[in-house]
Amino acid sequence: MNFDFSEDQKFLASEARKFLGAQCTTAHVREVLDDDAKSHHEGVWQKVVEMGWIGAAIPEEYGGLGLGMLELCVIAEEMGRALAPVPFASTTYFFAEALKLAGSEAQKSSILEKVVSGEVVGCYAASEGPGNPDPAKLKVTFDGSKISGTKLPVTDGDIATHAVVLVKEGAGASLVLVDLNADGVSRKSVSTLEPTRSHAEITFDGASAERLGAAGEGADLHDAVMNRAAVLLAFEQLGGADRCLEMATEYAKERYAFGRPIGGNQAIKHKLAEMYVKNQVARSNCYYGAWALSTDAAELPEAAAASRLAASDAFWFASKENIQTHGGMGFTWEVDCHLFYRRAKLLAVQAGAPKVWKEKLVSALERKNAA
Amino acid sequence: MDFNDTAEEAEFRAEARSFLEKHLKLKDANTPRRPSGEDFLKRAKEWQKTKAEGGFAQITWPKEWGGRGGTSMQQVIWNQEEGKFEAPTGPFAIGLGMCVPTVIAFGSNEHKKRYVEKALRGEEIWCQLFSEPAAGSDVAGVKTRAVKDGDDWVINGQKVWTTGAHFSDYGIVLARTDPKAPKHKGLTMFIVDMHQQGVEARPIHQASGGREFNEVYFTDVRIPDSDRLGEVGEGWKVALVTLMNERLAVGGSPGPDWKEIMDYARSTGTISDQAFREKLADWYVAAQGYNLTKFRTQTALSRGATPGPENSIGKIITANQLQDICNSAIEMQDHYGIMNDSDTMPANALFQQSFMWAPGLRIAGGTDEILKNIIAERVLGLPQDVRVDKKVPFDELKQG
Ligand SMILES: Cc1cc2nc3c(=O)[nH]c(=O)nc-3n(C[C@H](O)[C@H](O)[C@H](O)COP(=O)(O)OP(=O)(O)OC[C@H]3O[C@@H](n4cnc5c(N)ncnc54)[C@H](O)[C@@H]3O)c2cc1C
Repeated sequence: MNFDFSEDQKFLASEARKFLGAQCTTAHVREVLDDDAKSHHEGVWQKVVEMGWIGAAIPEEYGGLGLGMLELCVIAEEMGRALAPVPFASTTYFFAEALKLAGSEAQKSSILEKVVSGEVVGCYAASEGPGNPDPAKLKVTFDGSKISGTKLPVTDGDIATHAVVLVKEGAGASLVLVDLNADGVSRKSVSTLEPTRSHAEITFDGASAERLGAAGEGADLHDAVMNRAAVLLAFEQLGGADRCLEMATEYAKERYAFGRPIGGNQAIKHKLAEMYVKNQVARSNCYYGAWALSTDAAELPEAAAASRLAASDAFWFASKENIQTHGGMGFTWEVDCHLFYRRAKLLAVQAGAPKVWKEKLVSALERKNAA
Repeated sequence: MDFNDTAEEAEFRAEARSFLEKHLKLKDANTPRRPSGEDFLKRAKEWQKTKAEGGFAQITWPKEWGGRGGTSMQQVIWNQEEGKFEAPTGPFAIGLGMCVPTVIAFGSNEHKKRYVEKALRGEEIWCQLFSEPAAGSDVAGVKTRAVKDGDDWVINGQKVWTTGAHFSDYGIVLARTDPKAPKHKGLTMFIVDMHQQGVEARPIHQASGGREFNEVYFTDVRIPDSDRLGEVGEGWKVALVTLMNERLAVGGSPGPDWKEIMDYARSTGTISDQAFREKLADWYVAAQGYNLTKFRTQTALSRGATPGPENSIGKIITANQLQDICNSAIEMQDHYGIMNDSDTMPANALFQQSFMWAPGLRIAGGTDEILKNIIAERVLGLPQDVRVDKKVPFDELKQG
């Protein structure tokens, strides 16, 4: 057993942190936040594309770096830490992973290379209303070649060139691939709690689409895509949670009240110690998720659920108590705390809220421990 | 990142497994969790001896002291496998986990020759005599006095909550040798023979009903200067090494965990309750997070790192969770759950027993509050609590 990243993977992490530390500061994040017309940061996105990170886990035959899922996890943590305002998760964890998982050889070879080069920006469309999308009750339909109906909200739906969409086909569900610039697709940006990651409403009106995988396989494929994305999102959450703990700790050492640093008071110290405990619980679960993801282990469903649940909890707690630790300053627009608070909530609900994953986890444990 | 055993690890696991199968029974739902009594002690000693002879006692200790000279990963594997069996290990945890490593770190060669192997073979049991009525969390506040008399020290005072003192053969005792010095400077550590004249251990009736810890009285107990551990006045430094090892001691689960309450909930139908399912998920995630954190620590150790204060997270997680799980299990049984008769109650009243034990787990080996202070100060680097006692001579300090 060896329960840590390798030296090479750690080197990649430190390079990514250095790079994002210089090229994707919270000032860059705020350029997107403060400008309603901006859906993402083009400059940062361009550089991320140039780094080849989108292709980290895409095989070399499709133009990727062909490294592996562990490397993608390492990058995800740094992207989360930097709150990168770019469509990385949508394109890489959802869209590309769905294609890798279910695409035909022709689909993979025609699209993945363009994903790596940045020509294709992907998104994943499942939600149609409040609650977790139920493959049995979808309203967006597919008749074998055309797709109709509305998906809302779709993360990066306004900037993406292509979407993978969860649809109803006959009595079952399927996944389909849609070119978003084709006829019959209209999109509208929607306002969210987290303006640094754009969201859209996408309406399909008989737009052309092609199936990914077989008809009726949609529910299983969707589950598989979610399990994979869950681990990667958990790493983003972990990065964000760790950054919150650092911010809160730094502030607690510098801010004086009653003649000494606020961090000398146990109410603050114990709060930060609890953050540390939650972050460690999340980190260890994330590593397990990374292992399961990279080896396609049978344990992936519970490992993905546990990493996502631990990381959602850690980021939520760290982001809210980071504001609290900063006092009145923490509640100002100028101080970065709220950027993390916003991102924490987006990541916690983007691929199914904690309640959904708790249910998935317990079902998996029940199956595994069937008496 | 690899969860599978390497070839050597798999070989060691198989070897450990077949040794265990030869000597012990696998645990099942009816295995008592906190057995005690004369018979148990006897079985524990026999098992320790068997382990030592098979080369599985203290796997990382050097061969010259009866250890295996193995790797910390082998120790983890051994603990995992031994944890699956009805292994009577409790009485040796404090001695082998904390006291004897302190003897190894600070004792003379004579000490090591005299004590280490005997402890490892289960022939002698050790206890840790640190806490006193007014010195628990604030353990540097001990008042037990050691006064030099010729080549001996004469010890007088009272210790409390000393686990296993009533069946221990030796102990390490923290005593004050200079009351005029500030509290951390006037302490010295000694090895004490628990059977000697003037040492009296009185079992304390615990809140849980058991009698595992003791008050220990020292009346004119003579200890030769040669049984001192570390320099005179350096006892605090020695104690810190003991306390560090305390945090490293990797053990199995302290009582029923998510799996046990899940099995129980399935048998009662509560498993379909939404609120219960959500709690179960939380328990699993935290327990899994802690287990995996131990793997990360072990990986770091196997690469040459030293165990640090970050290990304090373990007890915060497990002790609280144990209390919470038992509380839920009892509420699941409704009025019936108040009974703790082991013949009538599910799993031999395991949840009820652990419910009463859990408060102690949150206190022993450092309270939740002290562990959070350690994380805040030593891991995160936050300022220390206000210390009004640092430079004041000990005999001028307020205590209560
Ligand atoms: C089951 C069990 C077994 C034990 N075995 C042994 C043994 O073998 N050998 C041995 O030497 N001791 C042993 N102990 C003693 C144990 O180490 C102490 O009980 C423990 O360290 C707490 O000290 P205390 O009981 O004096 O509580 P106190 O120190 O009086 O604490 C009371 C409360 O105040 C809080 N508190 C104290 N200081 C602070 C602070 N600075 N900041 C915030 N809160 C604070 C504590 O967290 C606690 O909630 C055992 C205890 C138990 C319960």
